[in-house]
Amino acid sequence: MTAIETPSQSRTTQAADISSLALTLFRLRQWLTQPSPYLGFLGVASLVLAWYLLTEFFNVPRFNKLPGPVAVWQEFTSPSPTFGISIYTPAYYMHIFWSIWRVLQAFFWATILGVPLGLFMGWKRTFRDYAFPILEIVRPIPVLAWVPVAILIFAGIASREAPVIFLAFLATFFATVLNTMLGVESIDEVYFRAARCLGSKPRHVFFRVVLPGALPYIFTGLQIGVGVGWFSLVAAEMISGEYGLGFLIWDSYVLSQFPVIIIAMLTLGVVGYGFSAIIRIVGASLMRWADRSGA
Amino acid sequence: MTPVAATGAINIRNVSKIYDPDGANVLAVDNCSVDIAPSEFCVIVGPSGCGKTTLLNAIAGFHDISSGEISLDGKPICTPGVSAEPGADRMVVFQNGALFPWSTVLNNVAYGPVVQGTATSTDAKTKAQALLAELGLSGIGDRYPNELSSGMRRRVEIARALINDPKVLLLDEPFRAMDALTKGVAQEFLLQAYDRVRKTVFFITHDLEEAIFLGDRVLVMTTRPGRIKQTLHVDFGRPRNYKIRSSRQYLSLKSQIFEAVREEAVRAFEAGERELA
Amino acid sequence: MATAAFAKNSTTLSLRRGLVSVLGLLVFWEIGRRLHFPFLSAVPAPTEVLASLDKIVGNSKFWNDWISSFSRVLSGFALAQLIGIPVGLLMAMSRTLRYLWFPPLEILRPIPPLAWVPTSIIFWPTTELSIIFVIFLGAFFTVVLTVLGGARAIDERLIRAARSFGSKPRDIFWRIVLPATMPSIITGMAVGMGVTWEVVVAAEMIAGKSGLGYFTWASYVGGNYPQIIVGMASIGIAGYLSSGAIRLLGKRATPWQRRI
Repeated sequence: MTAIETPSQSRTTQAADISSLALTLFRLRQWLTQPSPYLGFLGVASLVLAWYLLTEFFNVPRFNKLPGPVAVWQEFTSPSPTFGISIYTPAYYMHIFWSIWRVLQAFFWATILGVPLGLFMGWKRTFRDYAFPILEIVRPIPVLAWVPVAILIFAGIASREAPVIFLAFLATFFATVLNTMLGVESIDEVYFRAARCLGSKPRHVFFRVVLPGALPYIFTGLQIGVGVGWFSLVAAEMISGEYGLGFLIWDSYVLSQFPVIIIAMLTLGVVGYGFSAIIRIVGASLMRWADRSGA
Repeated sequence: MTPVAATGAINIRNVSKIYDPDGANVLAVDNCSVDIAPSEFCVIVGPSGCGKTTLLNAIAGFHDISSGEISLDGKPICTPGVSAEPGADRMVVFQNGALFPWSTVLNNVAYGPVVQGTATSTDAKTKAQALLAELGLSGIGDRYPNELSSGMRRRVEIARALINDPKVLLLDEPFRAMDALTKGVAQEFLLQAYDRVRKTVFFITHDLEEAIFLGDRVLVMTTRPGRIKQTLHVDFGRPRNYKIRSSRQYLSLKSQIFEAVREEAVRAFEAGERELA
Repeated sequence: MATAAFAKNSTTLSLRRGLVSVLGLLVFWEIGRRLHFPFLSAVPAPTEVLASLDKIVGNSKFWNDWISSFSRVLSGFALAQLIGIPVGLLMAMSRTLRYLWFPPLEILRPIPPLAWVPTSIIFWPTTELSIIFVIFLGAFFTVVLTVLGGARAIDERLIRAARSFGSKPRDIFWRIVLPATMPSIITGMAVGMGVTWEVVVAAEMIAGKSGLGYFTWASYVGGNYPQIIVGMASIGIAGYLSSGAIRLLGKRATPWQRRI
């Protein structure tokens, strides 16, 4: 029997000697030889094709009321669009900006308040006993049920922006606190023991064990938080906003500017995806040490 | 001439420990008494779950005892209801390793002096660097634990313990998760380190050969409830060479206590109880 | 490691602390409203809420709203599970399907379910169907992703063991893949249920004429502020009951999982 040379072995020895551009191209070539990118393309293409056929080509009843890909594309790429929104109009970017700006603010406050809260709740039993019940009672209430109360809370005090940001904040906040707390609780007891053995005082334990130990979960929480924050923001904008992608969707519906609805929806998808990706990348680079095989 | 520590005497007097998980009173340790002299390398052998880790945890200060007393250099450190505070005078090396995964090797080793305030960050790092070099571990200071092999990780952890100049070194089956070959080399490393610093060592293992190879004294513990069943004095001189493993003296020592250990192992196997902390 | 007595004491201690903090919050809220603290001056106080409670509970329309919301939740949720679980499992088992379906799913998923509301309204003949559709979307993506992840994470060795027993593919599916994926299915349901209630409430606020979300919004619009709080609490309780039901289902479906 001939000796079996494991393919991965020969590939890695090759890869180690090449520059990183060549490495990227190599990996790209590898990827293209697999079925995955072609099937993926096929999948997306069939989706778009089905959309086109149902709405514009065969004019299937019900579906023909919806804007089709051709109409959307034409609108989106037109320098003077019928309904005022395309990649050439500043209005489009203004709406995007407003939504992103709101999410960033919500995210900022949720992180500043949520991470320390979660860390303390995970670390100190006493603190958790007092704080957790309140959280658990408020958490089941869907964030959007807060819309009227949010408006009341900020009535007369802050701008119309505040309730919208508050709602996104709430959603992100809960996700952040919970995941951070879980992160601290997931830290193996052994690290706390080792730290105590080595003579740590409480502040050492907090900054050198609790915080770094919970970091992977914190980032997962932030990712989830951005997702739900985005989701709540859009809904809040639809209910009571001015400007923003959620508002754009509802407004164009009301004004029967249907292609704009689709443009806004797809933009939402892309931007939302971009946010999660950024957080994931930042998290990955901060945590080179994270390895699931453990010590 | 290797320095001999004059401190680090542990006295364990009539110690018992009752656990109460899920409402069932479990006697983990039953009336154990051991006197460990300074600089002695004391090994406890026994089947899993026999209570040896309980004893170690009590000395280390991770929980208390139900009766009896543990003292260090004449001062009681653990009595019923009062647990010792874990401290750098009784450093522990844990079973599956407890190097902080989020810190580099250098920062891990320097951790103790920095948080105890006995050295500035830079001084601690220099000391750590020197100690690692002494122990044959130079060049890995900037790596993270998950980039190292298990053997290397264990060695770094021993370095992390030793830099604090503890009175006692407590090792809880530190080489348990390693394969036999790596284990052998790690054991020799431990012996070399021990020869350098001559601290009192309290070592737990289930491996009889390891116990005889490493220890000055080997104590056999029964299955739960744990009692000291037999004591064996190991008279090889130090420094020890791996070749003693095939010597006649070694084999005779082994056969002396093999029956005792085997009996406990069979009993534990048939009892089938889950291991407690 | 603690003795049972200590454990019992510590749970009651936790409970007591929890009670103290919740009561403390209510008291603070009440006082804040009365003394016109900055954010609380317009928010109805706990006592006002309690006062309005029996009028609301006596009104049958309120309970109709409960039924409306629940029926939408159930329909959309059940549909999402019925379609989503098989899709997830199929994608886990067939590489082709996974490569084919994953990109379109990943493109559609980041679009918040509520962004679909106008499109849904345009398309579906009734408001009810359009709301259920949006609910379905919300839960569907969650279910598919969770089930897919769970099924793919099955330890390969379990499958190999089954094959060495001579299992047919049908057996492997029903006896290995399905039970091993069950915890993920339950998790997907639990998370999906949370998403579902979020979506229902918002959809009812935007486009509904009945339901608890509509009730809450209508109370605001109608100036009946204490009712808002009742509405919110109702939704919270409804959501909690739904999640509880799923947790119970989970325990039945996965008896081998130890309570954490």
